[in-house]
Amino acid sequence: MAETRVPTVIADGLHIVYRVHGSAAGRGPAPSALGRLLRRRRSPAVREVHAVKGVSFTAYRGEAIGLIGSNGSGKSTLLRAVAGLLPPHEGRVYTDGQPALLGVNAALMNDLTGERNVVLGCLAMGMRPREVRECADDIVDFSGIDERGDFSSLPMRTYSSGMAARLRFAIAAAKTHDVLMIDEALATGDAGFRRRSQERVRELREQAGTVFLVSHSLGTIRETCERTIWLEAGVIRMDGPTDEVAGAYEEFARGR
Amino acid sequence: MSGRQRAGAATRAPDTEVGPAELAARYGLTVSGSRPGPAVYGRRLWSRRHFIAAFATARLNAMHTGARLGGLWQVITPLLNAAVYYLVFGLLLGTRHGTHGFVPFLCTGVFVFGFTQSAVLAGTRAVQGNLALIRALHFPRACLPLASTLLQLQQLLFSMAVLMVIVVASGEPVTARWLLVVPVLAAQSAFNAGLAMAVARIGARETDAAQLMPFAMRTWMYASGVFYDLRGLTEHAPGWAAALLNANPALLFIDLMRYALMDSVPRSGLPAHAWPLVLAWTAAVGAGGYLFFWQAEKEYGRG
Repeated sequence: MAETRVPTVIADGLHIVYRVHGSAAGRGPAPSALGRLLRRRRSPAVREVHAVKGVSFTAYRGEAIGLIGSNGSGKSTLLRAVAGLLPPHEGRVYTDGQPALLGVNAALMNDLTGERNVVLGCLAMGMRPREVRECADDIVDFSGIDERGDFSSLPMRTYSSGMAARLRFAIAAAKTHDVLMIDEALATGDAGFRRRSQERVRELREQAGTVFLVSHSLGTIRETCERTIWLEAGVIRMDGPTDEVAGAYEEFARGR
Repeated sequence: MSGRQRAGAATRAPDTEVGPAELAARYGLTVSGSRPGPAVYGRRLWSRRHFIAAFATARLNAMHTGARLGGLWQVITPLLNAAVYYLVFGLLLGTRHGTHGFVPFLCTGVFVFGFTQSAVLAGTRAVQGNLALIRALHFPRACLPLASTLLQLQQLLFSMAVLMVIVVASGEPVTARWLLVVPVLAAQSAFNAGLAMAVARIGARETDAAQLMPFAMRTWMYASGVFYDLRGLTEHAPGWAAALLNANPALLFIDLMRYALMDSVPRSGLPAHAWPLVLAWTAAVGAGGYLFFWQAEKEYGRG
């Protein structure tokens, strides 16, 4: 039945390089910087990180794909590139519609209140003001940040990291998406929030064509995904049924 | 849809045997994060207008929350600015001799130029300072420099209220010419937005731009007749230099605003062809900055 499978995401020889500024300070800043300018050399303070090196895969409608690998193997970077948030250095990603990335790292504005962040986040995702007014309370309720008092009217910098992550996830999950990518989001928060967010992810999965899930918990991956891609140092080490790939990954992790 | 695709697929090679690009074309997949045309981009930008407005307002409100006087600083800052320049150029250097109504003359220059200056400085950091937001959420990136320009416009409106009080207090009458304030501000806002988008792209790639820009802006300020009447300079300059100085868009905005608010500034005090020149500058910089920013839309996430 290979012909009836409809691809939703195609990555073709994808390389991602991003620049990091201020990673190292040379000795004697001013003279050495001048010397570099004269010799037309790049500053050592700008380093290029080659995070994803030639990744190709095709994802189909109705699939849930787990993404595993050690810390720093390029999983989050790959998802960002699929979402079109990071430009590819080489290669291409083709997608069906606009993929959405639900991440706990989705940055919001720390000097603004939680409520304000909910409104801004929803507007940035393209909601209309009326829709935002309708769902703003639900988002705050879902995140559960008001369970211990009125935190939603305080600036986000006063939140604990768990509270901030919950609010961010709640905002991102408020919209339904065609291709959905979830980055570690299920690991944050207390038991109650985890249960709520797992339910919400199941709902979103039913509406979405394809789901990607990054997680360090192989249990979550086994529960949700039938296919798994194992990424190591920016290259795909294995791509296949979850049981096989997760087994090989466990072996690899034990061997280190 | 899938029925037609399957019928078509029967006459072609199976999906498993074609390259990724062809497979993508076959199912109508598009390149992720690809750049739309300038017109479609403009429509998407328009659909995020509420985001732009909410972002600017939220920033404005958050700006002074740490200070005890809070929002009062929006009025105090322009007043203090004008006071410092009055002290230096009015009292110490004595520039005011020969310039009729020096205080409103000076304040108009300081506030109007300050709008362009702060729009450019904020624009330089608009992309660079919001990288985390860019890497987390999808929206047309031009929202950021536009929001920062809107924020400066909101601040200018406070300054304009202060300015109108100063102008009236210095004995100038309120005339119908005050209505000209609206078109002047509209043109300057469009001009500043274009400029902010242009420097936002430069600032996103060249992190040194944020350090250099204040010096460029200060040089521009001294060439724009903020503190003194530039006619003292242009009268003795060769023709081409005078024409060049008089075509300076910042000078034009300042002169038009002075003409609008101060009855003592005669029509003949305006540089030749002030209105057509201002409109040409606004159209060129507004559209040019937009296209320049749009060209690099895909690149802003890289940092």
